[in-house]
Amino acid sequence: MNVVALFKLVPDLVEELEIDQSGTALNTDFLRLIINELDDHAIEQAILLKERSGARMTVIGSDAEGADDVLYTAVAKGADQLIKLMGDPNAVINNHAMARATAIVLKELQPDLILTGVQAHNDLDGSIGPLVAEYLGMPYVGYVSGVNVQNGRIVVRKEYPGGLIAEMEVDLPAVVGIQSAEQPPRYVTVNKVRQAMKTAAIEERPLPALDVSGGAAIRRMFKPESATRAKMIEGSTEEVTARLLDIFKEIGAL
Amino acid sequence: MMNQDIYVVIEHLRGKTADISYLMLAGARALAQATGGEVIAVLLGHNAQSLANNMAADKVLYVEHPALAEFTSDAYQRTLAGLIAGKEPRAVLFASSSIGTDAASVLSARLKLPLISSCQSFSADGRPICQICGGKIMAESDLPDTTTLLTMTPGGYKPEEGQSGKAPDVIKVEAPSLDNLRVTLKQYIEPEAGDVDISKEPIIVSVGRGIQNQDNIEIAEELARALGGVVAASRPVVDQGWMSTSRLVGKSGKKVKPKIYLALGISGAPEHVEGMGESEVIIAINTDTNAPIFNVAKYGTTVDLFDLVPALTEKLREVKKV
Repeated sequence: MNVVALFKLVPDLVEELEIDQSGTALNTDFLRLIINELDDHAIEQAILLKERSGARMTVIGSDAEGADDVLYTAVAKGADQLIKLMGDPNAVINNHAMARATAIVLKELQPDLILTGVQAHNDLDGSIGPLVAEYLGMPYVGYVSGVNVQNGRIVVRKEYPGGLIAEMEVDLPAVVGIQSAEQPPRYVTVNKVRQAMKTAAIEERPLPALDVSGGAAIRRMFKPESATRAKMIEGSTEEVTARLLDIFKEIGAL
Repeated sequence: MMNQDIYVVIEHLRGKTADISYLMLAGARALAQATGGEVIAVLLGHNAQSLANNMAADKVLYVEHPALAEFTSDAYQRTLAGLIAGKEPRAVLFASSSIGTDAASVLSARLKLPLISSCQSFSADGRPICQICGGKIMAESDLPDTTTLLTMTPGGYKPEEGQSGKAPDVIKVEAPSLDNLRVTLKQYIEPEAGDVDISKEPIIVSVGRGIQNQDNIEIAEELARALGGVVAASRPVVDQGWMSTSRLVGKSGKKVKPKIYLALGISGAPEHVEGMGESEVIIAINTDTNAPIFNVAKYGTTVDLFDLVPALTEKLREVKKV
């Protein structure tokens, strides 16, 4: 079985986000990128499938600062093949364009199963998984937190609100949007990643021409202004503690 | 030719309409006022027509088929593809949820229609305003000139605004062939009961990524004990396996409305706020001044939780002894 995990890099939300001069995009000058957390879960789920059923596993991401680290880390965890899509990183924000381009590369690989994070926090025009699925003519199920291969099909655990799970059976080949892997993404030591860098090769593929149709046309970006912003309690730990105790008393919790 | 109507794809699960459906009807009304069209609910189901009764829609298009009894992506996509292509509404709203997002992106690709995701509200002139980057950035887009698909998140409208005492007209629409579906529902698996039902607890001490590791959860547990409450968590903490799924608050977890919700190191991403935004008093402790949690909290502080929480626990113990 051929399993492919797709990832994208997204702004690290721990950092302060700034809007650029155009007012329609994030200022990328000092933006630190990290792997979309749910894509990390998709990679983990793919490795679990490889361990259980001996699948061949490929990881694909587009060229951006930090992409090599993600790829080498994946190989240290067990991935067999690494592909980096080379092209204009500014276009990556449009998921329709990325999905069309990725689908062209995926066709060659003839995957049985494609896993990717169910969403990314900077998605503006839907998510990569279902778009790729449709461009490849495959079925899609998202919000999945477990995948098993059974008799040439997969059985996935799809999450609904309140902790309800729907077990869905899906024909292969298919695309699955991962909410979380069956176990937290494993940790690999820096040493193992360094070793992987020496032996593994990243295949660089040119991104096919980007067609951005279907995406959103942003008019302006702004930071949310809340009319009901919290009353901030300032001061030392002792002062804040005292004020919180007063608040607990006021609302009858003490 | 495209008309100016706004369609809402109704979301229901095991015979119950999801709140987000009503919220979308309210959003659709706001958008329809800008476009000058009607609000039309699209209901797919099997023996589900009665779900339409309290919807604040000008009419309801009802597609009846046994294969539509419960949601599966393939059956919904096929049914909606024909309906949207045939009717050409101005816009179609889907929930930004496990159901809506499975359908919306695929239909965007299949029908070659634009898609705008995570839309929270509409401006007076009908521009979608979306919430991205974990709630830290808002993006206002133009509504494209063709039929546009949108996914909606909570926050802009209230479910009550999408409900009505007067049952709307229901128009039956023929289902397409739904043979050879590639995705089928095998069974539902009930959620783990867990030791406590957090949705019934009046005081919740909830931990997020800021708690850093499993060992640190103890300080939250001690604070919860001192306050007479229970601990809960946001998604990253549960995904790490540090707390059980039964304690998860948010979109995929429990919806809670306690008297006090103490958020420790929780950023306040939209998926989390969906589960706790209606708590009576939210107190947020987070060192990031820009954390969106401060937009929903009543009180906030940026004092480090690792200093504040033990101090607060100690003081509470002193006070309660007296």
